Amino acid sequence: MSAGEVVGAVVASLVQVVVVVVGAPYLTGLMRQVRARMEGRAGAGVGQPARDLRKLMAKEATSPEGASWVFRAAPLVLMSTVVVLAAAVPFVTTVTPVSGASDLFAVVAVLMLGTVALTLAGLDTGTAFGGMGASREVTVLALAEPTILLAIFALSVRVGSSDLGDIVEGALATPSQLFWPASLLAAVAFAVVIVAETGRLPVDNPSTHLELTMMHEAMVLEYSGRDLGMVELASWSRLAILLGLGVNLFVPWGVATSLAPAALALGVLALVVKVCVLGAALAAFEVFMAKLRLFRVPELLAGSLLFALLAVTASFFLA
Amino acid sequence: MIQTGLWLVALGALVGAAAVVVAPERRRHVVAGSVTALVGVGGVLAGLGGLGGSTWTAVAPGLLPLGEARLAVDALSGAFLLLIGAVAVAAGVYGIGYTAPGGRHAQDLPAAHDQHLPDAAAHHASPAASRTAQATVPLFVAAMLLVPAAASVTTFLVLWELMALTSLLLVLTEHRLRASVREAGLWYAGMTHAGLVAIMTAFALVAANVGGESFDAIRAGAADLSPTVRTVALVLVLLGFGSKAGMVPLHVWLPRAHPEAPSHVSALMSAAMVKLGVYGLIRVAFDLLGGAPRWWGLLVLALGCLSALYGVLQASVAVDLKRLLAYSTSENVGLMLIGLGAAAVFAADGNRVLAGVVMAAAVLHAFNHAAFKTVLFLGAGSVLRSTGLRDLDALGGLVRRMPVTTALVAVGTLGAAALPPGNGFVSEWVLLQGLIHSVGPGGSPVVAVSIPVAVGVVALTAGLGVATFVKAFGVGFLALPRSTAAAEATESPLPMRVGMGLAAGVCLALGLLPAVAARPLDRVLGVLPEVRSIDPLADSAVTLRLNGIAGSMSPLVIAVGLVLAGTAVVALVRRLSRGVPRRVAPAWGCGAIERDPRQEYTATSFAEPLTRVFDDVLRPEQDVDVTPLAESRYLIESVTFRQRVPDRLEARIYPPLLAAATAWGRWSRRLARGSVHTYLAYGFVGLLAALLLAGVTG
Repeated sequence: MSAGEVVGAVVASLVQVVVVVVGAPYLTGLMRQVRARMEGRAGAGVGQPARDLRKLMAKEATSPEGASWVFRAAPLVLMSTVVVLAAAVPFVTTVTPVSGASDLFAVVAVLMLGTVALTLAGLDTGTAFGGMGASREVTVLALAEPTILLAIFALSVRVGSSDLGDIVEGALATPSQLFWPASLLAAVAFAVVIVAETGRLPVDNPSTHLELTMMHEAMVLEYSGRDLGMVELASWSRLAILLGLGVNLFVPWGVATSLAPAALALGVLALVVKVCVLGAALAAFEVFMAKLRLFRVPELLAGSLLFALLAVTASFFLA
Repeated sequence: MIQTGLWLVALGALVGAAAVVVAPERRRHVVAGSVTALVGVGGVLAGLGGLGGSTWTAVAPGLLPLGEARLAVDALSGAFLLLIGAVAVAAGVYGIGYTAPGGRHAQDLPAAHDQHLPDAAAHHASPAASRTAQATVPLFVAAMLLVPAAASVTTFLVLWELMALTSLLLVLTEHRLRASVREAGLWYAGMTHAGLVAIMTAFALVAANVGGESFDAIRAGAADLSPTVRTVALVLVLLGFGSKAGMVPLHVWLPRAHPEAPSHVSALMSAAMVKLGVYGLIRVAFDLLGGAPRWWGLLVLALGCLSALYGVLQASVAVDLKRLLAYSTSENVGLMLIGLGAAAVFAADGNRVLAGVVMAAAVLHAFNHAAFKTVLFLGAGSVLRSTGLRDLDALGGLVRRMPVTTALVAVGTLGAAALPPGNGFVSEWVLLQGLIHSVGPGGSPVVAVSIPVAVGVVALTAGLGVATFVKAFGVGFLALPRSTAAAEATESPLPMRVGMGLAAGVCLALGLLPAVAARPLDRVLGVLPEVRSIDPLADSAVTLRLNGIAGSMSPLVIAVGLVLAGTAVVALVRRLSRGVPRRVAPAWGCGAIERDPRQEYTATSFAEPLTRVFDDVLRPEQDVDVTPLAESRYLIESVTFRQRVPDRLEARIYPPLLAAATAWGRWSRRLARGSVHTYLAYGFVGLLAALLLAGVTG
């Protein structure tokens, strides 16, 4: 790779970060709006999360008495993982400036690092809510992990690599692979994991507060002002990242394989359209869903694990 | 360099132990710690020499009763010499502070419900500072260091037993304080000697059949061994070395002995000694016997999966910090065994490229585990010394009282949780890469079914490992202190911080720059031609690249990316927030004003969802006592809740075995009636039988 290409790839990565982080509040706004309309409400508008964010960022942050540097550092770590993921995952283009960051196992591990930072912060507050949220979040994380890695395994078999760029390029080169049983089973498993990891219904309800059923919201209860703004933005961005990852793994069309400006522009457009469609579909699906009891969630995750295992064996026996 | 290093190990341990014995009491801890670290330096030197590619052999005829003492160092020995030596340096420096006067670790543990011995209170100095204990530590380290250098059966067995006996002495150090120490010592002695019998039998069988007891003779004659001998030997070494490594279901001594030993000894045992079980398996199965058959690989793979899952499940619900770490050792050994088993399977299928990758992953994981487990056990020791507590439910808030220890433990925790940029992540990544590339067109169906299950197990282990270490760190070190002892904790003395700092530094180096380990690992694989066709790891500056399969990952790029992103976020947030200061305010207590640490989540409550999900495997025992007021049974005075998670596997397997052994002992007692005539008759019959046997087979 020449120096010029490296610069180009860095610019492309920055474009991805900007698209994801700036677009995430609007994606959440869109999903809330879809939900509101389907439930017969007017809704606050697509821009409301972005306006909330601007307000939060200008407000004072508070720390609970007795909390340590872990509590203050967690939003930063979470936000950093989001930025790294947005730069490394091939959302717009499969060309990355440095090799070795877009391996799917590494991407999942960085995602987990963000979650872990937040769970530690939840414990650090020293309140029952923080501990409860952390405990539940970590349980779901532990049980979702096998599904994610097995789904990655299934996807990597067809290209012989777990690098995201290779998987996406492989799918673009031979689109028929996407309709193999292995890919379809992996897609189902992956969908369940996205729902669990982003704390959406039926695993967690993103709009509850102060109920004993909640997970994510309990963990971040003590955050306020700019800290809360960062946590919220990071959560929205993680939703956008996981949705973007999902669509690009299973519907890769539109992703640029070069650094040509036209291809990049098309890539951005395709990403926005695909993620918005998937987000709206997820929101519509949630309208008809009730939250599962906490101890039914492992059953859901075990089911998705079965799909992932089937996907791997299908990739061998049905190939 | 190898020779210098090994002389330093042997002489340093002998002279050093003598120096510890004669040193005055107030200097003893300094002498003992320095001597241990010096012996460790010798191991590091010899290890670096071996990994540098040079080999070395020495023979001392007639030194041992049954023959010559033979030592040889190659790259594989060098790797384990380096590992053990490095752990010993950290533990030695740490020991200077740990065994210095002061601290609360020599008290009876308030959480333990043992019978109290009358003289427990009379002991003010830590038993770990006693002359015997202090002099045994360097001898133990030297014995461990010489085991991988042994190059004949007799030498190996003598050193192996020396290592077992010295470590047993050290486990029993605090036997006056707690009855549980004596129980732990008994279990450890039983398991390690059962293992020794298995290893000795296997070696005797092989040596008798090849007609020589040096490792060179075995290597030369291994090809002509009969399949029966080979099968029996492979099963026996798996049992023997597996029991030392903490392989489930032979792990029962680990969660007993590691918590009860003094903490720097726990670190030596858990981070270094356990690895010698792994070394033994690699040396015998892949080197001396020239490769293992496929069924053996699948067996090791299955036992590795069992160890990893069972170990991490028990760790995720454990509340005793050192017991949690001991179970986590079983988990990590399980991951190494998955690597070894998969290497045997792939090699038997003829895919030596992949076999090399998973074998390299296993050896790399041994190093990573040694590094982070040293930090964590030493950290647990610092907590114990400062608070007298091992019970996570009573800890908390140490981040403010012990900031340096907490930061160092955080580094180890990151490694143990296998999250980037921690070091555990790197070796798990290599292992996963090796496993996922095995399934493909033209592979075998057995691989296509067993490997996905193994990947699932590794993944679930990783997930539960994260839960375990979030619990250990979050409950133990963060939040508000849950007891006065935790609230009054003080930072550890300097040598302890330095010891932990050394190990934490190695964690960071291995986590950020794993590519430096590529060349040495390739040399280690060079010793094992059965599982190697090309160098598994490519040597490139910052990116870890696998040869022969597509796979590259750079922890350094990820870490630098995180730091850059973090800096950018801080700068942006500063601008947006326009300098509004942060305020410290009371936490939200649902309207309650008083805040009591009893309202916090504890380790038990944190693990409750997992306990419930894995109820069928763990089957916790719960006692709820409700005491009503005298006036009315509807008014409750107090509720106490106790939960124990006993080791179900142990309860299922060991009591019948022990009962059978006891019954057999009782029965055979009938043979010994005390009559000299009967004994003479036994001798006569025995002699006749031996002569007849010689006549028939002769």
